[in-house]
Amino acid sequence: MTRSALLRRVGQAILVLALAYTAAYVLLAALPGDAVMARFGNPDLGLSPEQLAEIRASYGVDRPFFVRYFDSVGAFFRGDLGYSVQSGAAVSTLLAEALPSTLVLAVVALILAVFLAVVIAFTASYGAGSWLRRFFRNLPPLFVSLPVFWIGIVLIQIFSFQLGLVPSIGASEVQALILPAITLAFPIAAPLAQVLLRSIDDVSAQPFVAVVRARGASTAWLLWRNVAPNALLPALTMAGLLFGELVGGAIVTEAVFGRVGIGALTAQAVANRDTPVLLAVVVIATVVYVTINLVVDLLYPVLDARLRQRSARATRGASA
Amino acid sequence: MSGIDAAAAQAAEAARAEPTAQTVPTGARLNPRPRAWRSLLRPGILIPALVLLIALAWAVAPGLFTSVGPAETVGPALQAPSGEHWFGTDATGRDLYARVVYGASQSITAALLAVLVGLVFGSIIGVTAGAVGGRVDEALMRLVDVLLAIPTLLLSLSIVILLGFGTANAAIAVGVTSVAVFARLSRSQVVSVRASEFVEAAYGSGGTFFSVLWRHILPNSLTAVIALAALQLGSAILQISTLGFLGYGAPPPTPEWGLLIAEGRNYIATSWWITALPGLVVVLVVLASNRLSRAISDGGTA
Repeated sequence: MTRSALLRRVGQAILVLALAYTAAYVLLAALPGDAVMARFGNPDLGLSPEQLAEIRASYGVDRPFFVRYFDSVGAFFRGDLGYSVQSGAAVSTLLAEALPSTLVLAVVALILAVFLAVVIAFTASYGAGSWLRRFFRNLPPLFVSLPVFWIGIVLIQIFSFQLGLVPSIGASEVQALILPAITLAFPIAAPLAQVLLRSIDDVSAQPFVAVVRARGASTAWLLWRNVAPNALLPALTMAGLLFGELVGGAIVTEAVFGRVGIGALTAQAVANRDTPVLLAVVVIATVVYVTINLVVDLLYPVLDARLRQRSARATRGASA
Repeated sequence: MSGIDAAAAQAAEAARAEPTAQTVPTGARLNPRPRAWRSLLRPGILIPALVLLIALAWAVAPGLFTSVGPAETVGPALQAPSGEHWFGTDATGRDLYARVVYGASQSITAALLAVLVGLVFGSIIGVTAGAVGGRVDEALMRLVDVLLAIPTLLLSLSIVILLGFGTANAAIAVGVTSVAVFARLSRSQVVSVRASEFVEAAYGSGGTFFSVLWRHILPNSLTAVIALAALQLGSAILQISTLGFLGYGAPPPTPEWGLLIAEGRNYIATSWWITALPGLVVVLVVLASNRLSRAISDGGTA
């Protein structure tokens, strides 16, 4: 990738982030306008108009839109995410408290999902017996069609109540992680397995695979030495998408299992119309999402030797 | 949700390959009509189509499928499924099957509304961008990038928090999340069809921009758009039931599918059917619309 192409790609990502922040700010801070009125405007509280004006001034919501907007941009860069309307606590504190639990859940689920996707894709391509392959080939479309909250409920039903394997009450920290992680793994494994399957199909159709096989390579050799390295690369482009799934899945999973975390915080924020919290979650998630996509875009030519060679040849051709 | 986006990308990709398929001389297809009918009768298409038709019929005329109202108490609470109550009864003795049937009018209508929102706004953005090109194209596609940059569920939650709770608002929120995919697809369709020779010929024989758009570009993009709409219908049902489950959709005692499952959650220890059976209905309908979408886009390329 040339220097100007690199700069253009980074600039594009920054532009999208700036626009996304503006959109989220307009949607969640400017249009609902008055988180303060939502909390204190209730006539039952018996606040006089003067008192309300004072409260509004103390939160700074009586200033013009652009002043507040640029203030909020600056504050975000300083790590000041505002205050929750519901509890009055700093949003950054709330997020920091909730993050570890969600992070653990997400990491475990992600590892599980990658494992699941690889098993599905490889079995569907190289499993013994055509019925087994067909069965595994149909799993990803099925998984995509399952509502995440329903997976969670069914898992609780089967493993906690029917089989009694995982206690639903008084579980240890590790036990309490098992079912949520499996639940969250489904929506991530499904698209990943789909992409893996498709790229294995693509690679298997390449002439070089037939050549390697004709020279006497076993299926395992072919899979690990030739097909897998080529097929795994396209899965990398899924990273951003999987992060989106992870965020959505965490909200649902934490709601089903009653776990504390970013997802539960987000769900609560929506229920209480706590816009500062939701704004912070949306903005942070968007920053991470755009960054992941940017990194993948920039890394891809580095990892894929074919693209590297082609672009090198192209630049050589251009300079000649 | 986004897993379906990946599938949508595939559908769009398959659809993009379509115009090349149309360059095959028409003589190659000797008798297209009977073959088209036979391919419609394949079980791979017939079963999903049947499932969707039943779900639609539930949505349109729930009274034909059950004699019991969704809010009527018909017997003791928490009865297991039986010949009389196919899905059993819920915690207040209402017939669960009747609630699922009536719930279809909530869930399916909302999903159709969501797809409509995405289709209309997405197509307007995409067709404008593809047809006008230049700066307008650039600006509109950045807008689409912004929509794509916010994770799906967070985007719909932001809109729900703005509009307030309720089935229609949830549907609009879900619809907005699909605007970007529809815009991208319709733009790529317009751009690819615009570059093909028969469109150039239509311009050459005196067609105006809008007549060419209407007569040539839009009909040629239809298969891909319909395939994506079918896919988005499934995804919208999932997302709306998710919003309903989280409590941002219809208020109880509305028999919305997600809410039904949420309400049954407290009884999973003793009554598996309250959550399992409505969930199974959701899965079947979503699976059917995904299958049908794949069949449509495959049929377009084959």
